[in-house]
Amino acid sequence: MPRSALTGSRIRERRVYLGLKQAALAERCGISPSYLNLIEHNRRRIGGKLLNRIAAALGVEPAALSEGADLVLLDALRSAADRAVPRAGPDAGEAARAEEFAGRFPGWARLIASQGRRIATLERTVELLNDRLTHDPFLSASLHDVLSTVTAIHSASGILADGGEIDSDWQARFHRNIFEDSARLAEASRGLVNYLDAGANTDRGIVAPPEELEAYLEARGHHVAAVEEGEPDIDALVEDPSLTSAGSRALAADHLRRARADARAMPLEAFGAALAELGPDPAALARHFSVDLGAVFRRIAALPQGVAPGPVGLVICDASGTLTFRRPVDGFPLPRFGAACPLLPLYLALTRPMAPVRAVVEQPGRDAKRFLTYAVCQTAGALGFDDPPIFEASMLILPAETVPIPEEAAIPVGTSCRICPRPGCAARREPTILSADG
Amino acid sequence: MGGRVLLIEDEPNIIEAIRFILSRDGWAVDVHSDGATAIDAVARRSPDVIILDVMLPNRSGYDILADLRAAEGTRDLPVLMLTARGQKQDREMAERYGASRFMTKPFSNSDVLTSVRELVGS
Repeated sequence: MPRSALTGSRIRERRVYLGLKQAALAERCGISPSYLNLIEHNRRRIGGKLLNRIAAALGVEPAALSEGADLVLLDALRSAADRAVPRAGPDAGEAARAEEFAGRFPGWARLIASQGRRIATLERTVELLNDRLTHDPFLSASLHDVLSTVTAIHSASGILADGGEIDSDWQARFHRNIFEDSARLAEASRGLVNYLDAGANTDRGIVAPPEELEAYLEARGHHVAAVEEGEPDIDALVEDPSLTSAGSRALAADHLRRARADARAMPLEAFGAALAELGPDPAALARHFSVDLGAVFRRIAALPQGVAPGPVGLVICDASGTLTFRRPVDGFPLPRFGAACPLLPLYLALTRPMAPVRAVVEQPGRDAKRFLTYAVCQTAGALGFDDPPIFEASMLILPAETVPIPEEAAIPVGTSCRICPRPGCAARREPTILSADG
Repeated sequence: MGGRVLLIEDEPNIIEAIRFILSRDGWAVDVHSDGATAIDAVARRSPDVIILDVMLPNRSGYDILADLRAAEGTRDLPVLMLTARGQKQDREMAERYGASRFMTKPFSNSDVLTSVRELVGS
């Protein structure tokens, strides 16, 4: 069902929530109850002044009635459905009605989306802790040490306790061994407890460092003014309560140092002037400042409001395709975990380093939004003769609010296969949980 | 019963306990503690049975076992593997490499003794 066609359902939902009779609302809006009834059952389309009057009477913005749930909420709902245990989650038919659900029950939808995100975070935490238990070399060595010591104590005490004949020299040796091993065990146990306590205090593990960095930047509108001039104290900048682990602070420090280098190469005032003259054309801006395209992408995505050309998104991945940085833009959600859509120009760029890609992409859905994307794969860091080059791909995402989208064939992309409804996609790697008309 | 046991283990007090238990039962026990030279020690001592720890300095017990199974003279030599990890995949790995038996730490003295007796008896 198209978005606008659900306006009536949202009006009804809001009216019932407020405990208003249909007749009372109709009177306030100057229409007959029977006409309101038709509107509420989506049999009459409304807009303009009448929509404004109804919205005012219901105490909401008109857009909340006409547009319903935002795409971020819908994406979160679909992601929650994707992660649900089979059978516990909605079937494909219901999953495809996420928009209708969000429109009719916005509070419940937000709750499910929020719970879904929390579950994903907790699952990620379990995964991190499991990884830690399995692969942490200190834990592994410590547990091995504890087990070996326990084995020695167990064997020696068994020999002393089994009642067999043991001469006094051997008895003394085993007593001494047990004493030494018990002291060693006590030390190893203390070491383990200290290690685990330190881990609990300094690395809460609840959120992965990239997510904490994204939240840190999101809270600042992706612009950290301190890196624009002078010699900022990066270590002080990352001493922030939102960066809860050493890993998060290290990641944020790396990000800010890079942002500082970008700001030096493309000073804010000069960049704003160039942007006004050349528009958000990364190639022209890269030539103007003699920098690489990736640096321009990052600079555009880190501009303050007022200088930025409008909403922009940026996504960066490493050579394995793992997303290492995400700045989503409205209508272009990016997966929190797991792999993104394989058709993103980001991945096309990854297959041909140093050859920039410019492409129009289109997100699925009836109100399919189109975006202009620029992508490039470059080496990250300095090249050497003895080490393999480290490649990194970046993609700048510009919506129609920021640049005119060229009238050319768009690449049909999605968020990730599981929550992408596109039928017959040649790049699909796993089935979708949505039906084709989702 | 009696025979020659080569204990390849690097933990001194475990060595002492196992050596005592087996010696009291009439076994001659040789000890070797370095993974890198364990194969040479096997050739030199010609044991009837080997007790082999998985985590050794310089070389893993699994690698040593693989070499033993690949050599003509030690292909069928009984090997009791000792490990601090008792997970299913560790047991499967020991079987895949050709361990005659697999025992997780901490083990009981009687289990070690019974295993050595049975391995040589078989």
